[in-house]
Amino acid sequence: MSMASDTSGGTAPAAQAGEGTSQIPVLECRNLSISYFTRAGEIPAVADFNLTLMPGESHGIVGESGCGKSTVALAIMQYMGRNGRIVGGEILFNGRDMRAMSEEELRLLRGSQIAMVYQEPMASLNPAMRVGDQLAEVPIYHEGASKEEALERARAMLESVRLPEPERILRSYPHQISGGQQQRVVIAMALLSSPKLLLLDEPTTALDVTVEAGIVDLIREIAAEFGTSMIYISHNLGLILETCDRITVMYSGEAVEVGTVEDVFEAMRHPYTRGLFASIPLPGADKNARPLIAIPGQLPLPHERPPGCNFGPRCDYFKAGLCDRGEIPMLPISGDDRHFSRCLRIEEIDWHAGLGEGIGKVATEKGDVVLKVDDMTKHYEIEEGALFFSGEAKTVKANEKLSFEAREAETVAIVGESGCGKSTFAKVLMGLEEATAGKVLLGNVELGHMPVDRRGPETISKLQMIFQNPFDTLNPSHTVGGQIARVIRKFGVEKDEAKVQERVLELLDIVKLPRDFALRRPRQLSGGQKQRVGIARAFAGNPAVVIADEPVSALDVSVQAAVTELLMDIQRENRTTLLFISHDLSVVRYLSDRIVVMYLGQIMEQGSTEEIFAPPYHPYTEALLSAVPIADTKVTKRHIVLSGEIPSASDPPAGCPFCTRCPYVIEGTCETEPPPIREFQPGHRIACHLSEETLSAMQPVIQIGDGTEKGDKGDEVSPAAAAESARRSDA
Amino acid sequence: MAVTSLSPPPVPLLKRLQKPRIAALIFAIAWLPLMAYVMAGDQLGDLEQYVLVPAIPAVILLYLICMAAFRESWIALLGATLVFFWFFIAVAAPYLPLIDPNKPIAPFTTPLTEKSGFFFWLGTDFKGRDMLSRTLWGCQRVLVWGVTATFVAYVVGTAFGLIAGYISGWWDEVISFLANVLLSFPVMVLFIVILNYLGPSGFNIVIAVTFASAPAIMRIVRGLVLDVKTRDYVFAAQTRGESALWIMVVELLPNVRGPIIVDACLRLGYTTVAITTLTFLGLGLQPPDPDWGLMIKESAKTAMLFKFSYMLLIPALSVSSLILGFNLMADGLREMSLRD
Repeated sequence: MSMASDTSGGTAPAAQAGEGTSQIPVLECRNLSISYFTRAGEIPAVADFNLTLMPGESHGIVGESGCGKSTVALAIMQYMGRNGRIVGGEILFNGRDMRAMSEEELRLLRGSQIAMVYQEPMASLNPAMRVGDQLAEVPIYHEGASKEEALERARAMLESVRLPEPERILRSYPHQISGGQQQRVVIAMALLSSPKLLLLDEPTTALDVTVEAGIVDLIREIAAEFGTSMIYISHNLGLILETCDRITVMYSGEAVEVGTVEDVFEAMRHPYTRGLFASIPLPGADKNARPLIAIPGQLPLPHERPPGCNFGPRCDYFKAGLCDRGEIPMLPISGDDRHFSRCLRIEEIDWHAGLGEGIGKVATEKGDVVLKVDDMTKHYEIEEGALFFSGEAKTVKANEKLSFEAREAETVAIVGESGCGKSTFAKVLMGLEEATAGKVLLGNVELGHMPVDRRGPETISKLQMIFQNPFDTLNPSHTVGGQIARVIRKFGVEKDEAKVQERVLELLDIVKLPRDFALRRPRQLSGGQKQRVGIARAFAGNPAVVIADEPVSALDVSVQAAVTELLMDIQRENRTTLLFISHDLSVVRYLSDRIVVMYLGQIMEQGSTEEIFAPPYHPYTEALLSAVPIADTKVTKRHIVLSGEIPSASDPPAGCPFCTRCPYVIEGTCETEPPPIREFQPGHRIACHLSEETLSAMQPVIQIGDGTEKGDKGDEVSPAAAAESARRSDA
Repeated sequence: MAVTSLSPPPVPLLKRLQKPRIAALIFAIAWLPLMAYVMAGDQLGDLEQYVLVPAIPAVILLYLICMAAFRESWIALLGATLVFFWFFIAVAAPYLPLIDPNKPIAPFTTPLTEKSGFFFWLGTDFKGRDMLSRTLWGCQRVLVWGVTATFVAYVVGTAFGLIAGYISGWWDEVISFLANVLLSFPVMVLFIVILNYLGPSGFNIVIAVTFASAPAIMRIVRGLVLDVKTRDYVFAAQTRGESALWIMVVELLPNVRGPIIVDACLRLGYTTVAITTLTFLGLGLQPPDPDWGLMIKESAKTAMLFKFSYMLLIPALSVSSLILGFNLMADGLREMSLRD
């Protein structure tokens, strides 16, 4: 394990490869093919998959849903279910073929030599067992340790996954600790038997960004500390960049490109990889000057894959007679270290040419204020622990004095993590809840105290919503056309039945869906298509304001780009005001004009997009910016990891809501007094106790350099702010 | 409508008949005459002889549709076959060459013997009535009253479940409390109390079954609604200003139907048992018309002798086969719903 220490620094250089070949790989997949057998016959899930994982190396597998990345992980664990089978190739673990091992050998291997961390931490823990007992099982079962010894090791391991109060957590049941803590426990459990190989299947997807940043940090440290080899499965290229040495890009059951993270990110040699990068909003992208480029078409179903290159039908460089002639092997790329691509035209494609750059769009003029939120407050009263009326009433401050404006044709992003009150805000706006105090003005109509049943169809149709989950947004029992038509009729846009139907087809045209989708039911549509229908439905009543609640976060990246662009185009066309609720600052930076940063029901900072992304920052904005993974090797970030978890909204701190996690907390002030709101530029407001000079002196978090100073993360926290915090805490 | 220009590709006939509306229409053609025949046969007059004629092809067609729809699960196929066998017998009984079920001919004739110029496949009962004829005729009443009672219980239970689940608040408190009170009675006690009070008749059985089953159905629907009502499409309907009734009927009801249908098949079995039991206790359908429960009751004493046990076994096995059919259908439907 001598090389573990120098290769595991997160994004290690490719230098270890030559040294590594002399060693036995921890894991080697050779020409692996996996199929599922269903009533419809054999469905090939993964074909011709190769992977070599050296000791201490971390390897990322990235791809969109349905590309087979999780199937690979399950095959490595030999957990294929009843209908899955490895139909070709071999998996070598430490040089031994796992397919030749007996059930008993495999059982001993799993958990002790190979461990896996799944996406949903709660699903990986037994809810009826204390954390300590679950952790202790690992050494007891695999090494025959005594109970005391096992518990002691569990406690030590909880410490090394940076969990505060390990004693308390050992005694807790899984539901008593937060999602981030659960995932740390799962990782601790995986590490307890010091496995040689750790499989991580989307370990942070279910977590909030700032919590995710902590887990990613932990995974990096583990690699350094324990020298564990890792396979990290994710759909997020930015996370792979932060955690892995090498990367495999998968598409439709095949690896299309393999190489070191640097090679693949900077000199990608497969059109799909390139398409993937063009469709994620990197810091340089801009909705007007450099719009995102979505990959055209759709992922083929496993039994409908085209002959030859699976990506062929969607590829700009497709050459009939060459690309569709038969199996395409992985071809090495000269000059790079173990960099392969499954493309026959590597030499012919000009990889430096821009991908359709220059189709810039004209920025829209912003109009008058359409929506004005003025000191809007929403409190919920809950009675706790009381059978009847004797209980103590508790107030949940879901929204506290929100004030902002949105203009015509403007995109205002509301950014925040779970529990920040954005859903409550949407409910008040849509009329499902009444505001406790303050006003919400849509034009001249006061909406804050007008529930939806008292609003006229005119007002209702002016304010519509696009939802997050594409699988939930449409009623599965009714046809697509019927659901859009209902909105048109309900809002009285058209009365005549023929005209209603015509309008439905027009709307389908607008969201770029075929007209015969009107007769389909939602289950026949893909996630992206459903989201388009959701958009068509929201725009059916010609709304003035559309609230989009994370409309693309559940979609695959290439689909995300298409849906984002669609939304932008419709907005330009109709001059709609868009309230874009999101936690993803990359998307927000790309499409919004103004940003409102919320934390625990309060606005921490608001301003134009440029103002938010440049200092002065609110400390929370700073942490949020640092937490978002960016899939660009040229970007350097300051590295701020927040400790702890988001407090419960029913018991927020008395002063600044962020004081429990703020790195610059001024003790004695932040906990007790609400922070003053200061205006730095017209419209750029920050709610913080730190002095104006300190906030202005903060360093930018994200810097786009030429990539040379990569790895040099600079100061973690802002020195001026830390200094002020220290000075004023003493006083 | 411009949509018509996009003609869908040709679909096989059975597939097209599987569309809910068409299947429901065929079911109505098969079911309504049978219901009229059993419930109001006396008032039909001359029509009584012809009313079931259209039902016979409808039942056969319905069976074929079910075969096509259930082909994924042999359990469901078996169940449907058992159920449709009795359904077919029920509509075809008047036209089958059967001996009058109420005519006493030769008492205590054992099966497969000839007596008084008749061949008795299944023998006769203690009054000399043909067992085969009585068994086949008997399924009409069990089937019609069982299905009607279950259906009414479902309408009531689903309505209350939707209200309790969707509107919640005080509605939920009151409805759930009443349901708990009703559920705390043993079912049989509830039946006996209600029927003693209202007097034995088919319609009163419907009322009794509704009282006994609706609370449980209400709970199932309420639970399903509590889950479905958090979906975004319900939220979208609310923010569109739809009325509560519209949301319950159009947005929620179609999405809770799957588990309800499976449960309905199971409950049909329970109801059949209950009706047979009630008749056996003398609280249900009244003599002399043939009915399985009645047949079991009447032959209970004579069947003590092994030689005459067939009088009891034949109707008992008939009840079992019908209930088994319903249960297998429920199992198959559940299995199919899990697969998707």
